Amino acid sequence: MSYQQLEVRSVCKRFGGVVANNNITLSVPQGSIIGLIGPNGSGKTTLFNSIVGYHPIDKGYIRFEGREISSMRVPKIARMGLLRTFQQTHIYGKMTCVQNMQISVPHTSGGFRAMFSKYPPEVTDKAESLLEFVGLYMKRHLMAGDLSFGQQKLLEFAMALMNEPKLLLLDEPTAGINPTLINGLIERLKRTNADLGITLFVIEHNMRAIMNLAEHIYCLAHGELLTSGPPDQIQNDQQVIDAYLGAK
Amino acid sequence: MNTTGRKYAFYGSILIASLIAPWALSAYQTQLAFLWVMVVFALTWDLVGGQMGYTSFGNVVFFGIGMYVTAIIQRNMHFDIEEYVHVAGAVETLKPSEYLAGLLSGMGLGGIVAVVIAAILGALILGMGMRGQYFGICTLGLTVAAGELASGWEYIGAGSGLVTPVFPDGLGERGAFFYYIFFLLAGVTFITLKWLYSGRFGLAINAIRDDEDKAEAMGIHTSKYKIVAWCISAFFLAIAGGGMGHLIGFIDPTEVAFAGATFGVWMILMAILGGKGTLWGPVIGAIIFHITQELFWTYLFGWQRVAMGALIIGIVVFFPLGIMGWMRERWPERFGYRVEKNSVLNASKGGQV
Amino acid sequence: MDGLQILFSAPIFSLQLIIDGILIGAIFALAAYGMALVWGVMKIINFAQGEFVILGGFIVYTLHKAGLNLFLCVPLAVVALYIVGWILYHLIIVRIVEKDLFISILATFGIAILMQQLMNQLFGADVQIVESKLDTWFFFDGNVTVLQIKVVGFFIAIVVGACLTLFMKKARLGQAIRATAQDARAARILGVDTNKVYASTFALNAAICGAAGALVVMTWVIQAFAGLAYTIRSFMIVIVAGIGNVSGVILAGLGLGAAENIAGFILGTEFQAAFVFSLLVVILVWRNFKLSLKRRYLK
Repeated sequence: MSYQQLEVRSVCKRFGGVVANNNITLSVPQGSIIGLIGPNGSGKTTLFNSIVGYHPIDKGYIRFEGREISSMRVPKIARMGLLRTFQQTHIYGKMTCVQNMQISVPHTSGGFRAMFSKYPPEVTDKAESLLEFVGLYMKRHLMAGDLSFGQQKLLEFAMALMNEPKLLLLDEPTAGINPTLINGLIERLKRTNADLGITLFVIEHNMRAIMNLAEHIYCLAHGELLTSGPPDQIQNDQQVIDAYLGAK
Repeated sequence: MNTTGRKYAFYGSILIASLIAPWALSAYQTQLAFLWVMVVFALTWDLVGGQMGYTSFGNVVFFGIGMYVTAIIQRNMHFDIEEYVHVAGAVETLKPSEYLAGLLSGMGLGGIVAVVIAAILGALILGMGMRGQYFGICTLGLTVAAGELASGWEYIGAGSGLVTPVFPDGLGERGAFFYYIFFLLAGVTFITLKWLYSGRFGLAINAIRDDEDKAEAMGIHTSKYKIVAWCISAFFLAIAGGGMGHLIGFIDPTEVAFAGATFGVWMILMAILGGKGTLWGPVIGAIIFHITQELFWTYLFGWQRVAMGALIIGIVVFFPLGIMGWMRERWPERFGYRVEKNSVLNASKGGQV
Repeated sequence: MDGLQILFSAPIFSLQLIIDGILIGAIFALAAYGMALVWGVMKIINFAQGEFVILGGFIVYTLHKAGLNLFLCVPLAVVALYIVGWILYHLIIVRIVEKDLFISILATFGIAILMQQLMNQLFGADVQIVESKLDTWFFFDGNVTVLQIKVVGFFIAIVVGACLTLFMKKARLGQAIRATAQDARAARILGVDTNKVYASTFALNAAICGAAGALVVMTWVIQAFAGLAYTIRSFMIVIVAGIGNVSGVILAGLGLGAAENIAGFILGTEFQAAFVFSLLVVILVWRNFKLSLKRRYLK
C-alpha cells in the first residue's frame, strides 16, 4: 500500500437544509489516478471545493501529506501543491496564453525579490513546451479570452501543470472538449501522471474516459459515498447503475 | 537593431522636446508643469484601476497627504507655527537653499507617510478581500472623510487652508522650476511602471484583474500584490502632491488637497480616455485631456464640470477601451497578438492534438 | 467633547437627538430602499442615488417658490423624478446593465458628477430650505422640541414605504420585478420583458428618491453637492440590513439617523459628515474582517 497523499475522513457539508456531503471518507495514494463519479448533484464538486478550501466543512477532517488542511484557505493550500481546475474555465482572459502560463509558476516565496523579478528564459521555455504538450503552441501569443471553450480548458490544464502541483484535482476535464480529441487528452493525463509524477483526482462524467484513465474509482450519490473499487468492478456494480439511471 | 534605433530616437525626441518646452512656450510654463502632474495622476490611477482592475476613487487621498506633509515640514522647519498661521504665511521670504531643503525633505517624507498610510489602509481594505463596488464606495468614502477631517483639524489650518511659502529668488522661474521637478517625477514614474509591468508584478496584478478567484486558486499572494500596487501608486502621488502644493501656493482641504471632484475625477477620466490597462494610454489620455480641459475652461465658463460628467459617461458607455485599447483591438498584430504558424518545437517534441 | 458632558448632565438632550435622528432616519431608509431595489434587480449600485434625492428637493423648492402648495409639490417631484429616471435608463443605464462592474460603477458615478454640477449651475451652490407654516411641539418644559413638519415627513415616508411594499407584493409589475431580481434569465424565458422591468425599476427608484428629496427639503436642508452623503448613507443601510430585507432597512435607517445626530452633537457639527463617511469605511472593513477570519464562501 503506497503512501496516502490525500485523506478525507467523515467529511460533512450542508448548505442550509441541503446535505451536500454526508460522512465522506476516501483517500488518494501518491502517484495514482483516482476517479470520482456520480450523477448530477451528488456532491462531487462540493467535495472538491471543501478539499481546496472554498468553504468550511461542518464535520470531519481533510489531510494533505499528513497536514490538516480543513481550515486553511485557498491560496495557502494551493502553495502546498494541491491544485484544482474548474468545471467552468477560469483563465486570465485579457492576457496572452504565454502570460497565463508565466504567472502560473509556483508562488512558494512571497518575498519582494520574487515579486519584482523578471522571468528567466527557462520559465518561458517551459511555458512554451507545456503549451506544445496540450497543443496550443501556435496560439501562444493570442489573448486567452479569444480561445474556444475547449482550448481554454486545455490552457487551464497546462497552467495547472506549470504550477508543479503534487496533487491535481480535475473537475470534468473532458467536458466541452471535441470528442475526437478526448483520447488524446486521456493520453496526456496519463503521461502527466507517469512522467511528471503528479497524482490525479478526477471528476468525470464520460464513463468510457474515466474507466480508461483511473485505477480506482469512488462513486457518490445523494451526497454519500455509494461504493468504490477498480473500474471493471464499478462498471458492473448494480448500485452504480441504479444511481445513474435514477432507480432508488 | 532597426527597431531599437527607432525606439531610442523616439524616446530621445520626447526627452528633447520636453526639456525645451518651457522655453519654447514660456507663457505656458505653469500649465506645462501641470501637464506632467496629470501624467502622474493618470499613470498611478491606471496602476490600481486599470492594470489591477480596482476602480478606486480614493487615490487622491495620497496626493493630499503628500501635499499637507510637505507644506507642514516646510512650515515647521523654518517658521514659528503660531506666527505663520496668524499672518497666513507671508512672514519672510526663504533663502533658496532653505526652500529647497524644506521642499525636498517634505516631498520625501510625504512619500513615506503616504506609503505607510496606504499600507495600513491597504491591509484593512484590500488585504481582507474587499472588491468591486464595495471597494469603489469605500474609497469614495475615504476621499470625502479625509477632506472633512482636514477641514476640521486646526494644526493643518482646518477649513481656511494652509499657505505655502513664497517662491524665493535665485531658483529661476517658478513655473520652469516646478516644470522640471514634475517632468522628472513623471519620467521616473513611467520608467518604474514600465519596469514593473514587464515582470512578474505586472502579470500578477493583471491576473488579479482578469480573475482574482483563479489567481488565489493558483497560489498567487494576491493581498500582498494588491497592497504593494496601492502603495506604489500612493508614493508617486504623494510626491506630486508635495510639489503641487508649493506650485499652487495655497492648500484648501477639499478644493486642492483632497479634491475628489476635480483631480480625483480627472485621473480616472484621463486613464480611461487613453486606454486603461496600457502603459502609454494614461500618458496620451492625460495630454489630450489637459489640452481640451484648457479649452473647456476658456469656452464653457461655469459648465466645464458639467461637461466632465458627460464626458465620463460618454467614454465609459461608448468608448470603454480608450484610445490605446481601441487600437489594440483594431490592430492586434501590432501589439504582438498573433498566431504562429511555423512552430519550432513541433519537429522536436511532436504531439498533435 | 463638551457635547458629551452636556449629554451626561442633561440626559433629556439625548432624547431630543434620538427623536430628531429617527425622524430623519425614515427618509434615509426610503432612499436606501430604492438603492436596494436597483441593486437587487439590476445588480447595479447607483452612485447617483443621492443626486436623485437632492434633485427631488430642488424641484419641490422651485415649485414652492413659484407659489404652489407644499404638499402638492411632493407628488409632482415624484412624477418628475420618475420621468428623469426613465430617460436616464433609456439613454445610459440600458447600455450598462449586465455589463462588467467597472462600467456600471463609473457610468453611475459619471451620472452623479453630471447631476451634481448641473444642479450647481441651475440652482446655485447655496444651502436651501423650504419653510413650512407648521408649528412646533414642546415637551419636558420645552427641553425637547419636535417640529411638526418632521413628524409629517416621517409619516409620509412610512406611507410611501408601505405602498411600495404592497406594490411589490400585489401588483403585476411588482411581481415581475421580484421575479427578475431572483433570476433575470429565467424571468425572460418565462415571458417577462426584463428590459421593461429594468426601466420601471430604475424609474421607480428615482421616484422614491424624489419623495425622499421632497421630505429632506421640508424637514432639513439641501445643497447641490450634498447628494454624495445620501448615496453613502443608502449604501451603508443596505449593506447593514442586506438586500431585500425591508424591516432591516427601516431599522438601520432609523439607527443611522439617531447615531449620526448624536455623533454630530458630541464631535461637533463640523465633524458630522466626517463621521458618516468614516463610519462607512469602518462598516465595510468590519464586514470584510469577519469574512476573512474563516474560510470564505464563494458567491
